[in-house]
Amino acid sequence: MLAQPAYETKAADSREAVIRIRGLNKAFGGNHVLRDFNLDLYRGENVVVLGKSGSGKSVLIKCIIGLIEPDSGSIRVLGQEITDLSHAELDRIRAKVGFLFQSNALYDSMTVRENLQFPLRRHWIEKGNMDEDALIREALNSVGLSHTIDMMPSELSGGMRKRIALARTLILKPDIILYDEPTTGLDPITGKEIIGLINDIHAKYNTSSLIISHDMNCVRMTSARIAMLIDGRCYAEGPYDELRASADKNVKQFFA
Amino acid sequence: MNSTVYSWKSFLHETGDITRFAGRFFKELLQPRYEFAEFLRQSFYIGYRSLPLVGITAFIMGLVITIQSRPTLVEFGAEAWLPKMVSVSLVREIAPVISALICAGKIGSSIGAELGSMKVTEQIDAMEVSGTNPFKFLVVTRVLATTLTIPILAVLADAISLYGAYLGANIRGVVSWDLYWNQVFDTLVYADVVPSILKTFFFGFAIGIIGCYKGFYSIKGTEGVGRSANSAVVISSLLVFVIDLIVVQVTDILQLT
Repeated sequence: MLAQPAYETKAADSREAVIRIRGLNKAFGGNHVLRDFNLDLYRGENVVVLGKSGSGKSVLIKCIIGLIEPDSGSIRVLGQEITDLSHAELDRIRAKVGFLFQSNALYDSMTVRENLQFPLRRHWIEKGNMDEDALIREALNSVGLSHTIDMMPSELSGGMRKRIALARTLILKPDIILYDEPTTGLDPITGKEIIGLINDIHAKYNTSSLIISHDMNCVRMTSARIAMLIDGRCYAEGPYDELRASADKNVKQFFA
Repeated sequence: MNSTVYSWKSFLHETGDITRFAGRFFKELLQPRYEFAEFLRQSFYIGYRSLPLVGITAFIMGLVITIQSRPTLVEFGAEAWLPKMVSVSLVREIAPVISALICAGKIGSSIGAELGSMKVTEQIDAMEVSGTNPFKFLVVTRVLATTLTIPILAVLADAISLYGAYLGANIRGVVSWDLYWNQVFDTLVYADVVPSILKTFFFGFAIGIIGCYKGFYSIKGTEGVGRSANSAVVISSLLVFVIDLIVVQVTDILQLT
């Protein structure tokens, strides 16, 4: 087994950690999904959390956004301890953190415009006066789907729905974007388009991104750093090429 | 034996969970922020869009009850009592209960399926991430809408069923418009009308809370969505009868019959 990443020494790292996870534990009944999990995401960095299906990647990302309460451990997002925040304080943090759901989670009963309006209007107070229409058009332009503004989600293809979900994530101009399996269920060509969009967004807005995936194409093309989630722990981490060259069998199985 | 104990245990567990869910509704109802626009939207969908179905059913019930009651009354030479008898049974029992059952089927299943589908496709999580309290936005608005619009539907069903009864009375006999309505309003008293309207608030609340509970806690993917819709209809229909029974007992004890 590889040595666990040495997080205590990294605490002295001069880069600003926008997400800092320490000793995170989460169990569902007797199933320990996360065990003493540690991870840092630095400003402007893309990190991919790589793990098998059912390894707890989605649980991890939902703990970060406060949708699942961890059993123990610390999660600091933009300097604030998520586990201690009130609902109102958590909402203020959520306005700065975008979340792309695996299933897109577009509201079926709303048009594309209304889907994009929803987070804007909910975070109205935090964001102050805005030209709502301009923001919606800008977000749709950035994913190349401005013509779908009055369509219903059911009228869109899977790839288009993913892009609209990405536009909704972008509309609040978040500092951090969490991607939950962004290419799952898409054909390889559409998957590559989404990967391209993720990279474009990163370059354009300088967002920090935490990407949950087991799609090696996505991992290779988006990550500056990979954190491997095995048995609930951050088993190994490093750049793609470094891990690919690893002799450890648990690491190698992902690159086979 | 073990399965009976298990069934009772799960029944009591679910009853407790629904009670807690209802308690949370009242707590969230009083706290800002108020989702007034969504409440109006739900009232439109739940109330206005159910009106044709409730109206047609009420009209047919009024017509059928009158046609079927007439021969018996004629046999006893009490045909003149037809408007009186039919109006009491329609207003006290048939129109509110049938309206509630129609709503349990139409609204209960639609709320259960909609929220269930939102749950399994992570739309409820997306709402929470977007700075919205999903319980307040989805549950409070829907339960409030069913609680307030089903009584309105029931009152309209009363009126439409009485009109159906008027037509029914005139198929084989002759009752003038004025005579019919005079007899109806002479017969009906507050003790008939008020409890029958009051109980529809409870019907509406039960239909809304069960539909939302089943949808909000839907599990097991798309299969769970169907199961949520189905059990929402079954439980809320059963509750309509249980509430009706309780209201009848209470009005009987208070000698309002």
